[in-house]
Amino acid sequence: MLNTKRQGKLAAIAVLTASAMALTACGSDEPAATNAGGGSSAPAEPVTITVHTFGGGNNFGYGEAVKKWNAEHPNIQVKHENLTDRFEDVYLPQLLQKLQAGSGTGDIVGIDEGAMGLMKARPQFFTDLGQYGLDSRKADFPAAKWENGINKDGKLFALGTDIGGMAMCYRKDLFEKAGLPGDREEVGKLWPDWNAFMEVGKKFQEKVPGTKFLDGPNTLYNTILSQEAPKNGNIAYFDTNNQLVIDKNPAIKTAFDTVKSFSEAGLTAKLASFTNEWNAGTKKGAFAVMGCPAWMVGVIEGNAGEENKGNWDVAAVPGGAGNWGGSYLAIPAQSKHPKEAAEVLNYLTGKDGHIAAFKEANAFPSSLVAQKDPAVADKTNPYFNDAPVGKIFGASTEGLLPVFLGEKHAQVKTAAEKVLEGMDKGSIPYAEAWDKFIEAGTKAAG
Amino acid sequence: MTLNVDAPAPARKTGPRRSSGNRGAKRGGNGLARFDLRATPYFLVSPYFLLFTLFGLFPLGYTLWVSLHDWELAGDKTFLGLDNYTELIADEAFWNAVVNTVGIFVIATIPQLVMALLLANALNKRIRGRLFFRLGILLPLVTSVVAVAVVFTQLYGRDYGMVNWVLSLFGVEAIEWQNQSWSAWIAIATMIDWRWTGYNAIILLAAMQTIPKDLYEAASLDGASPRRQFWQITVPMLRPTLIFVVFVSTIGGLTLFAEPVMFEGNPTMAGGATGQYQTVAMFIVKEGFRDFDMGYASAAAWMLFALILIGILINYSFTRRIGGNK
Repeated sequence: MLNTKRQGKLAAIAVLTASAMALTACGSDEPAATNAGGGSSAPAEPVTITVHTFGGGNNFGYGEAVKKWNAEHPNIQVKHENLTDRFEDVYLPQLLQKLQAGSGTGDIVGIDEGAMGLMKARPQFFTDLGQYGLDSRKADFPAAKWENGINKDGKLFALGTDIGGMAMCYRKDLFEKAGLPGDREEVGKLWPDWNAFMEVGKKFQEKVPGTKFLDGPNTLYNTILSQEAPKNGNIAYFDTNNQLVIDKNPAIKTAFDTVKSFSEAGLTAKLASFTNEWNAGTKKGAFAVMGCPAWMVGVIEGNAGEENKGNWDVAAVPGGAGNWGGSYLAIPAQSKHPKEAAEVLNYLTGKDGHIAAFKEANAFPSSLVAQKDPAVADKTNPYFNDAPVGKIFGASTEGLLPVFLGEKHAQVKTAAEKVLEGMDKGSIPYAEAWDKFIEAGTKAAG
Repeated sequence: MTLNVDAPAPARKTGPRRSSGNRGAKRGGNGLARFDLRATPYFLVSPYFLLFTLFGLFPLGYTLWVSLHDWELAGDKTFLGLDNYTELIADEAFWNAVVNTVGIFVIATIPQLVMALLLANALNKRIRGRLFFRLGILLPLVTSVVAVAVVFTQLYGRDYGMVNWVLSLFGVEAIEWQNQSWSAWIAIATMIDWRWTGYNAIILLAAMQTIPKDLYEAASLDGASPRRQFWQITVPMLRPTLIFVVFVSTIGGLTLFAEPVMFEGNPTMAGGATGQYQTVAMFIVKEGFRDFDMGYASAAAWMLFALILIGILINYSFTRRIGGNK
């Protein structure tokens, strides 16, 4: 009952951690040997640039990239901290609090595309990257990725890291058990569209009764939404005037209805994404197929574990190209060393940084230069039966248009998907789900 | 120092004037000592009040101020007056959270206090290995709330949980414990009871041991059964302690947070797809730090404060009647 006491302690720890972070961020002038060499534009005083990111497994995949930079730049040392694996409900609220408080953020912060609308509307918190010459990088990025880094004042404040793209991850061994083809080319041909996909699912579950076809509602929903949004004016929950269109955008209705039909057909394992049960289900083979942006490949590898090596593979997605997720790096205005931070940001979002991240975390580069590099284009993934991930995700990201994500996209997305989870698990009747879905989204936007 | 201050205190009851006169005579003449005597106690208790002002009163007032605004986290702030409160009173989601909180409180606390009372009574008897049992019931308290919740949540897992496995032996189909209010409330209530029953039992046991033995001896001479002794002597004598235990349980129950959050398995603070087990504390965090609406969250926090006061008043009026003497 004395929960209050416990919370008090937690709060105290939180405060301590926050202030410790503030201290590390401020007190970054570490005395270090100022021997010559290294970075050409290195300042006289050595500085530490803190990079804060989020994400599960290998998250942004910056381990090697940072090691390499630090070896070459004794005067600008990078300290990479991955704060949490959850973005919308942990990383984002903490980042906003630190921005508001004026201290505690990293010199460089990672931002998921879902919160870019929110950050674009708050230009006062971020450094204009144009003043450090980073606006010259426009040609490196697809228009979609570049435009999203420009805030409401028209200033460049963030550069792209990875891009999601879209494919389907599937259990090769279970497919073969069900008498379906296991080869990724043939699997891709099994499902040109979502109707065909459903037929495959029914066939699969007949043959392998212990395993569901899909994991749950979230991945399927986001996969379809990522394909439908570009067909419906490149918007999702909000139109370009930041008005909520959750009830009007056909893309959302299509994605919702498709998820509903799969759920009603009993083709899902009723697992909500990024929960312990979902992780366990991935490991224990509770389902056979999952919508798979590039970064999800790393998540599956982490969750399914070594014993499932070779069981998974990657095939084309029904219904064509789309993009789910992908991130950006920005420099908060509170950074004491914006110039040096800009150099690091330039490196991490440059060709070498992108390639290193792809190798480490399968974070598919948004940088066009990096995409064309053989290290990316020809990369295969040994965990996924040597699937040519470079080719698959490269093809899925070609010609993508920017999807506008409103200022409150993250909140609405979380609330709406919660209803999908409830519908799938049976706590919301199918007949009421659409109304509840709109209601939850509208409330989160209000 | 403290001894000097405390020592005359009992004497005061019989004759305050004379007692303080004596002390004055002894100490008179030394101004510094008198100042020391008068001021030091205040000085010594002041850290608490300073900290309370800083971390208790100020946030309380500031929250009130924020609650009068449309206050977005790291965003715009506009004065609204009482709009947040009127919106909150009409908000179904808020009342849903209130119902959940009170529901979980009732099904967790009432059995818990009854169990604690019976446990304390049993441990107050001469039984073999008394110390072992007394320590044993207190053991759950040393585990962290979060750890308890994590373990219980796994026990209540749909696919791989032990509770469903045991139920399946009796032919019960796998229950998704998070899905309905009743099942989620029960699951959360068991977490609370597992951790806090022993704690309350120990407090009640300590109070029981202060009840004079001769009361029981006299009662048994008069032929009162042990059951009658329990209801007619033990329970009425425990009343002040029971009131304390009920107060603390009420505050803890109405600010319930960690268990349902861990039970959900992700920190969205939604308490299930339709908020089946979202407590008021979760509602506040969700509004403030998931939807970034600090003003609305602050208003909800003040409503919770009011609810706790009401809850305590209701419980006080109940517990006062225990024993039926007054």
